[in-house]
Amino acid sequence: MTRLTPRGNLLLGLAALVLASMPFWAEPYHMQLASIALVAAMFALSLQILVGAAGLVSLAQAGFFGIGAYTVYLFGGRVSIFISLPGSLFAAAVAAAAIGPLVLRTRGFYFLMASLAFGQMLFFLFHDTSLGGGADGVFITRPTMIWPVSRSARPAVFLLLNLASLSLMYLGLWWLMGTMFGHALAGIKINEDRMRALGHDVQRLKLAAFILSGALAGLAGHMAAVTDAFVSPELLDWHHSAEALLMILLGGIGALHGPILGAFALTLVREIGQSVTERQRLVEGVVILAAVLLLRRGLAGWRR
Amino acid sequence: MTPAILRARGLSRRFGGLIAVADVSLDLCTGHAHAVIGPNGAGKSTLINLLSGAAQPDEGTIHLNETEISRLSDWRRSRAGIGRSFQRANVFPAMTVLENARLAAQGAARGWRLLRGAESDPETLGQAFSALDQVGLKASATDLARTLSHGQRRLLEIALVLATRPKVLLLDEPLAGLGAEETAPIVALLQALAMDHAMLLVEHDMDVVFAVASEITVMVDGRVLESGAPSAIRASSAVRDAYLGHRA
Amino acid sequence: MGGFLVQILNGLQYGLLLFLISSGLTLIFGVMGVINLAHGSLYMIGAYLTYVVAGATGEFWLALPAAVIGGLVLGAVLERILFQRFRHRDHLDQVLLTFALILLFEEARAALIDNQFHAVQVPPVLDFSVPVMGGFAYSAYRLVVLAICLAVAACMVAFVERTRLGASIRAAAENPEMVDLLGIDARLIHTLVFAAGTALAMLAGALAAPLQSVYPGMGDGFLILSFIVVVIGGLGSIAGAFWAALLVGLIDTLGKVYVPQLAGIAVCGLMALVLLWRPTGLFSRA
Repeated sequence: MTRLTPRGNLLLGLAALVLASMPFWAEPYHMQLASIALVAAMFALSLQILVGAAGLVSLAQAGFFGIGAYTVYLFGGRVSIFISLPGSLFAAAVAAAAIGPLVLRTRGFYFLMASLAFGQMLFFLFHDTSLGGGADGVFITRPTMIWPVSRSARPAVFLLLNLASLSLMYLGLWWLMGTMFGHALAGIKINEDRMRALGHDVQRLKLAAFILSGALAGLAGHMAAVTDAFVSPELLDWHHSAEALLMILLGGIGALHGPILGAFALTLVREIGQSVTERQRLVEGVVILAAVLLLRRGLAGWRR
Repeated sequence: MTPAILRARGLSRRFGGLIAVADVSLDLCTGHAHAVIGPNGAGKSTLINLLSGAAQPDEGTIHLNETEISRLSDWRRSRAGIGRSFQRANVFPAMTVLENARLAAQGAARGWRLLRGAESDPETLGQAFSALDQVGLKASATDLARTLSHGQRRLLEIALVLATRPKVLLLDEPLAGLGAEETAPIVALLQALAMDHAMLLVEHDMDVVFAVASEITVMVDGRVLESGAPSAIRASSAVRDAYLGHRA
Repeated sequence: MGGFLVQILNGLQYGLLLFLISSGLTLIFGVMGVINLAHGSLYMIGAYLTYVVAGATGEFWLALPAAVIGGLVLGAVLERILFQRFRHRDHLDQVLLTFALILLFEEARAALIDNQFHAVQVPPVLDFSVPVMGGFAYSAYRLVVLAICLAVAACMVAFVERTRLGASIRAAAENPEMVDLLGIDARLIHTLVFAAGTALAMLAGALAAPLQSVYPGMGDGFLILSFIVVVIGGLGSIAGAFWAALLVGLIDTLGKVYVPQLAGIAVCGLMALVLLWRPTGLFSRA
């Protein structure tokens, strides 16, 4: 998986600045749309650590996203965001640390199916039991920020919060992929057996990636809960995991910044689709088919 | 001979009804190359798998410097000093030669050390360059592995093993598929490597075997037919019979 | 005690329906190496088809051959047009492609039929109950479903174990790369396996229609369960799918009745236990 050069990062940074300036010129609806795209980008980026970096295609990601989101609900809204955010990260990381050793005992097809089943287990946990406040979802009280946010200021504040989160996540991962750990994941993706023969503790490396990926998905879920003030078990459903995969495919599986491009592209397509027809599933189905059949390297690949 | 650093005793492995290796014992000593030869299907590759940890023996023991390692997994054995090369070049095609070597060199890295920059860590770079230098691939450091010639790929294969700083070298047909001109430099390399490592060499080319090895074990149908000094093996009629048609 | 026996029978019957669905899935994985997330949708299609056929002709029994034949045709078409090309693509592509299929099937159903919940009548000739134990009675239709599923399972086993074509399929499932070397027509096998798998899933949907009614999301639960069955039973193993499906069916049914909050979690937990013990499934040859 490639990383952008510092110059490429600069371009991304410019795009981020444009987004950051939205409170000055954009309508609240568009800022909300941008927030949706940013949260989706964080979600997809968290999965890229597994898919793009290590070659592990997982369908459990939504489970960790949902844990991050529901942690906000479980806190009850009395806490500061400086507590809820690490709380969500930690809860999702714990879940990933529990599931990781089991699901990573499998490889290939088994891994995909095992991850699907574990993700659904988390879905059932919030859908069937009283832990999640009900199968239809619940409204939540947002955690408190440094100073109170008025209703009219919300779209702008959340936009900036989400932008800051995504930027930190991306920069952190950009650095990580340049370390020996990041390179080891790349080696595992290409030739796992040789990596073992060369002395790498492949299981532990994969587990570390899995836990990190889960924790970051929890972060994305936290931001979703804070932005929407609503959580539902659907957030943990495997269809949601498949959407993260779609965003990665759209943006380019071979590039770290691919998921960001993919998330914005998908959000845009959905927005356009909704204004054209009611048959949303048809739109999405066709988009996916087109992407799989035509986009061999994703949007990021086109730049090359 | 110096004391053996790798001792295998009574190794056996069966796959379903097929006996791949039966009651094989051998010693590897630093400074010496021990060749294992035999017809196809004799169990040589399985033997290497058993020694490297890619497969577990049904019976028998393996000791590395008095420590029993028979049940140790392959990556732990690599960290303990047992390096193994593959018969079919098993490199990372999409990466450069240097990246390949670096990946090998960082195999034993663990914990927080993994967060150091991959391209700047001095220890990893040093080991990687040293290995490439030993096999003569330093000049090709920035070439993509998939663009290498067959001979260069065999050299990279060996470099990967060397980058892990092994004490024991298990080489599985390092000269497979090479022409005469490409063979000579590798033979010189093997002779040099044998002086500092305990080497096991599986090879079909008898000239190479006699040039490099100080001890030869002949395997047939999973068992040791005969074992000893090259001159004894060369003279053995039993070995000649096993290799029908081979010019001794 | 009688009530418990009824639930056991329910669990077995659910498990057998699950087997019909999972057997196709495991064979398709084993032989073709293809992930088909749309497999649950096939079950839904079979059920809606039954609703339409039974409604149009007034005869439930006509729906069964309709589902089977429809499934064979649909499966063969899908395989030739789509899955043949996607066999060698990576997991990501296959997951997304079959996910798109789910969406398109949903949309097609919405356009051709509707998005509603429908009841399908149990055929009048079987609309009675058989006394089982302790004053409890069991639906005769359910017993017939049990019997039909067992019969199909037996035929499958006989076909795979006794016929030459079946042997080819078994060989292909165990060793897909060897198939061409053995002179077996791989393309024919793939089309056959996919068509059969589709037909089985649709038949399951048809049989289930009078039991649980017909509604848009009916395939979702089965999809997850069938993946769990395949993981537990082992890729490509029909015997594995059979025993795993019975086990999962029982646990899920009994769970939903006695501990509804934990049923879904319990089944996934079962899979976790199996993976701990045997990472390639209970019956796989790996």
